[in-house]
Amino acid sequence: MLRNSSTLLLSALLASTLLACSKSEAPHAAGDELVVKIGAAAPLTGPQAHIGKDNENGTRMAIEDANAKGVTIGGRRARFELLSEDDQTDPKTATIVAQKLVDAKVNGVIGHLNSGTSIPAARIYNDNGIAQISPSATAVAYTAQGYKTAFRVMANDGQQGRVLGEFAVKKLQAKSIAVIDDRTAYGQGVADEFIKAAQARGAQIVAHEYTTDKAVDFTAVLTSIKGKKPDLLFYGGMDPQGVPLVKQLKALGLNAKFMMGDGGYTPKLIELAGAAAEGMYASLPGVPLDQMPGGRDFAQRYEAKFKQPIQLYAPYCYDAVNVMIDAMQKAGSAESAKYLPELARISHDGVTAKITFDDKGDLKGGAITLYQVQQGKWHAIETVGGAPAAQH
Amino acid sequence: MEILLQQIINGLVQGSVYALVALGYTMVYGILGLINFAHGEVVMVGAMVALVVIKALLASALSPVLVLLLSLLAAVSVCMALGYGIERIAYRPLRHAPRLAPLITAIGVSIVLQTLAMIIWGREYHAFPQLLPNVAHSLGGAVINEVQIAIVLVAVLVMLALLLLVHRTRLGRAMRAVAENPAAAALMGVNINGVISTTFMLGSALAALAGIMVSANYGIVHYYMGFMLGLKAFTAAVLGGIGNLRGAMLGGVMLGLIESLGAGYSGELTGGVFGSNYQDVFAFIVLIAVLIFRPSGLLGERVAERA
Repeated sequence: MLRNSSTLLLSALLASTLLACSKSEAPHAAGDELVVKIGAAAPLTGPQAHIGKDNENGTRMAIEDANAKGVTIGGRRARFELLSEDDQTDPKTATIVAQKLVDAKVNGVIGHLNSGTSIPAARIYNDNGIAQISPSATAVAYTAQGYKTAFRVMANDGQQGRVLGEFAVKKLQAKSIAVIDDRTAYGQGVADEFIKAAQARGAQIVAHEYTTDKAVDFTAVLTSIKGKKPDLLFYGGMDPQGVPLVKQLKALGLNAKFMMGDGGYTPKLIELAGAAAEGMYASLPGVPLDQMPGGRDFAQRYEAKFKQPIQLYAPYCYDAVNVMIDAMQKAGSAESAKYLPELARISHDGVTAKITFDDKGDLKGGAITLYQVQQGKWHAIETVGGAPAAQH
Repeated sequence: MEILLQQIINGLVQGSVYALVALGYTMVYGILGLINFAHGEVVMVGAMVALVVIKALLASALSPVLVLLLSLLAAVSVCMALGYGIERIAYRPLRHAPRLAPLITAIGVSIVLQTLAMIIWGREYHAFPQLLPNVAHSLGGAVINEVQIAIVLVAVLVMLALLLLVHRTRLGRAMRAVAENPAAAALMGVNINGVISTTFMLGSALAALAGIMVSANYGIVHYYMGFMLGLKAFTAAVLGGIGNLRGAMLGGVMLGLIESLGAGYSGELTGGVFGSNYQDVFAFIVLIAVLIFRPSGLLGERVAERA
């Protein structure tokens, strides 16, 4: 019931925005209009709801831009509709949501946000031949399933974990390292890659502890880690846990550098953790926003539209939609079966980078940037790798 | 040694909060035989209301202590009204219905409160301002800060006050009478509805207090925060023997200690086979073990008294 009514509300909203749009434009006969349904899936409730809403905003912005600009696919004027679903970060719910989108006959899916949800959902999209572009799932396993329908517009954890591990050992001179992960596909994946890279460079992993993506109290594992006196603590997980973790770390007097993957790189983390976040590190696939080809412009428009700063992946969602539309235009069809081959060989100048895919559906030559909190702000300190569009 | 001491401190702080919330579950169960699953959300509402008041008063020239007291007052009043409202709307009409019916409405109320909080306060995390200086003290190598000391002290005082209320006052006697036999109590002139409402309001006041404690300790507030806490506190209440006030207190503190020691030591004791990922499993294994040998919890449900 709840979900039905929210979809109803959503379509009502969409209808009203579309009505508002169509007033200013030349009227089109309903017959020659091509309706393209874009599905979006992210957690819109629960601890990661703020990041999920950010994803939805990025996707919505791309769709509204495309409708305002006027896109023709195969000679017909296309009208894009957004079907946004809440996967609650739960792998089981993700498959239900995926089936729901399939049943609604979406032309393509932007999602899911997390790796743990993207992986099981990918199978359902593949079985039904629907293109899926995840803006933010970074676990290696997502595209390693061999599905021709699964793509992502962000470097994976194999690359990210390696860059983080090398940075920790070479630049930060960490010799003994403690690791905590949240046991999700993403957290575990990035932590394992980090450990591999750090060990290969001679660091010792003195502790590997675990938590969940719903926990708020980490004092017990932190106390046990404190006894092992590490130089650096790495956390594989998202910002809802990152905040209390870094605060409790400081409160317990654990003198170790603190590092997270892309799940920690949010303005919210600094706002909530305050002084405790000072000096911590995080990474994000891609170059810094102000060095992205259209980053600054995108950020301004986003903030003007949604009255809040970008949390994390909105620009990647925006690109994912546009890559999909680009492929549809090239194929002259909004049918997944028709435009999937075009998607696989696309070359698209996006907001975040120049997007091309390798044969697995991974982003080719994705950059990774390391950030540190300095005076209450994220500062880019180093960018590794990157597509040609990312010169700086 | 200091690691052990630190883990015990961690467990005590966490356990005190569990105990306060568990009291709300146990009081309602003791009187009505009903599990009020919406109780965790009342904790969240308490934290949210306190946050709103603090944000509004932060700019004013009032002293931080006064701001904190005012926010506590507001949170307690709103939660008491909420507790009264929940009982009046969702439970009283179903008092003579089969036991499953109020359980379902309880879950319904919980979802409604969570969703309302999401609509009112948004999906994002809010920072809970630190009002009082939070100095960390060293205690034999372990660290404890003032907020944590306050949590433990306030929890102990409130629990003592509650025990006095239940065992030494007229209202307490009425509560015990209703718990034992509502029909007989009514014949003796006890206002049953009044007593039940008061019980809900008392439990909700404790929840508001717990909400502020948790928020001050972690520094963050979120519409989802009551869910997990409620589940843990309910576990604590069952562990100690649901319906029993001392049981809820003991269960809360024990659950906090088990979690903290379990997460801290299970990895080392089992050579890494059962690491801290088994933290919650560990707590529930203890719960199952206790229930096998003492089906009504550590201190026992008050079945004997319930005629």
